[in-house]
Amino acid sequence: MGHDVHTQFKTQTEYEYSRRRSANEMRGQVTTFAIMIFLTLISFTAVYAGFPANFIIPIILLLAAVQVILQLYYFMHMSHKGHETASLFLFSGVMVAFITVLTFLTIVWW
Amino acid sequence: MDLNTKYTPQSWPQHSENATLEGKNKFVGFWLFLGGETVLFASLFATYLALKNKGPSGMEFTTQELYELPLVFIMTMLLLTSSLTSVYAMYHMKNYNFKSMQAWLMVTVLLGAAFLGFEIYEFNHYVHLGFTYSQSAFSSAFFTLVGTHGLHVVIGLGWIILLMLRNSKRGLNLYNAPKFYLAALYWHFIDVVWVFIFTVVYLMGVIG
Repeated sequence: MGHDVHTQFKTQTEYEYSRRRSANEMRGQVTTFAIMIFLTLISFTAVYAGFPANFIIPIILLLAAVQVILQLYYFMHMSHKGHETASLFLFSGVMVAFITVLTFLTIVWW
Repeated sequence: MDLNTKYTPQSWPQHSENATLEGKNKFVGFWLFLGGETVLFASLFATYLALKNKGPSGMEFTTQELYELPLVFIMTMLLLTSSLTSVYAMYHMKNYNFKSMQAWLMVTVLLGAAFLGFEIYEFNHYVHLGFTYSQSAFSSAFFTLVGTHGLHVVIGLGWIILLMLRNSKRGLNLYNAPKFYLAALYWHFIDVVWVFIFTVVYLMGVIG
């Protein structure tokens, strides 16, 4: 390995630009984290407050889905370029996952 | 170019995780693995949901009597925070700052270990109550699902610690950058699974 890499020195301007860009991105990540904490707090509080089950369950499932999407697209960089194959693999897994859970909850009985 | 080429922050590639062919291959292969992991956990979740609260007649254990939300809340916060600290580690890797990367990975490992400690306490507590692995269909499904996640935490911790030790004197290069990157991805995936565990197992268990 390694033979396919060419070392490229950044100019001072390019270097400062890339530093600033990753610092901006890191700020975005901290915001994502704050949102995820907030969603978690809502879920726990909703359950703790004891609202009716039919009302809370869809909400906490939705909040979990949003939190997972944030985790995948920001923390795991799926929003970046070059993640087409990654998305194909992951969403194929998600599709099988969805069908499995649906099957066990509907047409399998005990 | 040689494996052990030294870099400076100026010459370090923007995407060190897939700057080499090996890095690219690892990246694609690892996402395929994560797709498979999704299916693994889905089958365990499906089994748990089908067998929830099911067991021998007169079984005294139900989700509502067992689960304690404060403990689960602390565990959730620990794991979520450890996900952020590994993002910090990857940020420093991008800036070619090896020491800061190692420091943030260390914080990640400590938070992960604290999470694991709480999980061991929880399982131990259940076993003392008589809710053992073979007690009922429900207990087997619960321990298999949450235990498999716990096993992933153990593997993730071991992986990160080994990477930190093995590369401690080497510093960053294009050979180990993809390894650190994938370990961080794995750690995030563990948190993704936990989001569903705390929602589907614990919160929905307490609701009933």
